Amino acid sequence: MRVTDEGLEIAIGRMLQAGVLLAAAVVLVGGVLYLFHAPAGPRPDYSHFHGVAEHLRTPSGIWHGVVHGDAESVIQLGLLLLIATPVVRVMLAGVGFLMERDRLYFWVSAIVLAVLLYSLWHIQ
Amino acid sequence: MNTAEFSGFLFFSSVLAGLLGALTGLGGGVVIVPVLALLFHVDIHYAIGASLVSVIATSSGAAAAYVREGYSNIRIGMFLEIATTLGAVFGAYLTARVSTHAIGIVFGLVLLYSAFASFKGKHSETGTTKADKLATRLRLRGNFPHATGDVGYVAQHVPAGFGLMFSAGTLSGLLGIGSGAVKVLAMDQAMKLPFKVSTTTSNFMIGVTAAASAGIYLSRGYISPGLAMPVMLGVLAGSLTGAKILVHSNVKTLRIVFSLVIVALGIEMIVNSVTGRL
Repeated sequence: MRVTDEGLEIAIGRMLQAGVLLAAAVVLVGGVLYLFHAPAGPRPDYSHFHGVAEHLRTPSGIWHGVVHGDAESVIQLGLLLLIATPVVRVMLAGVGFLMERDRLYFWVSAIVLAVLLYSLWHIQ
Repeated sequence: MNTAEFSGFLFFSSVLAGLLGALTGLGGGVVIVPVLALLFHVDIHYAIGASLVSVIATSSGAAAAYVREGYSNIRIGMFLEIATTLGAVFGAYLTARVSTHAIGIVFGLVLLYSAFASFKGKHSETGTTKADKLATRLRLRGNFPHATGDVGYVAQHVPAGFGLMFSAGTLSGLLGIGSGAVKVLAMDQAMKLPFKVSTTTSNFMIGVTAAASAGIYLSRGYISPGLAMPVMLGVLAGSLTGAKILVHSNVKTLRIVFSLVIVALGIEMIVNSVTGRL
């Protein structure tokens, strides 16, 4: 199969759209659960920064929460999917450049991916 | 106010912020952070966390539509993303080091600059085909559809553009915004790319840039599900609606009114930061 720049861009555009829709759907499901279970008292106070609970900061903690039906964890899972979408985009572009035999841009994509993975390595 | 009412207010404010961001071309992030900080008294770290995820959503959500137009340049975007992602990681580190007041002041200045830049009319429609050694080597050129057939262009001043992109990335990581205005500045003014190529490629780059600081934000606990949920869904809905309105109507007067709103928000941010109320 011949890969062209145009074909590659269209494939990437579709992938991004699908990723966002999936992420938004998961966030919406989590949001409905969250509001359903919300306590009747006053809203949470966000005026002082403490950072969110530890288990909402790592993929393993989030997954653990999702399995146990924690609404906030479901929202975080959707946000993780959202963050993953551009990362997958860079991977897809890298593979596309390789199929076009464009070695220079394969390596450019690899560098961008390395920076992204360096950042995501923080949340292990 | 209980949680459901609060989430509802946040959602509708975010829809408006998304609309405003799309119609002014500045993106939802620069609008929602001041709204959260000034109107809802949300700590700026939570505000930029919620903004950053909504920036990823709008950039990726609009990408498919932009690609169809045939202006965005995937190679120029990917090459410059080296600079923006490195800048974003640096910026995300900075947010933990500098004070809330400093973040607020920088934010206000970026708002004022963005509003100003959206009115600077001197854009190059078609770019230039002048040979540039570095650009040729890096294949930073392309074609785009024009009334008279496909028009070619070559990037100029690559090091300057790359440097500006690093700054754009730093601001994105520091403030949780897409910093589209600085990205367009780098491509349009420094690299002399056709304006449409600059704006569409910039949109493409915003999601990747934001993803580079999102990991650091999440690990520090900036991304609060209760805030990010209504904000992300609202900004996404608002900006996609805004993009549709843009295609169908002439919004010049609307843009002037909205840009004044942006200027007011910028001044509010600076004043509140200086007086220590943020």
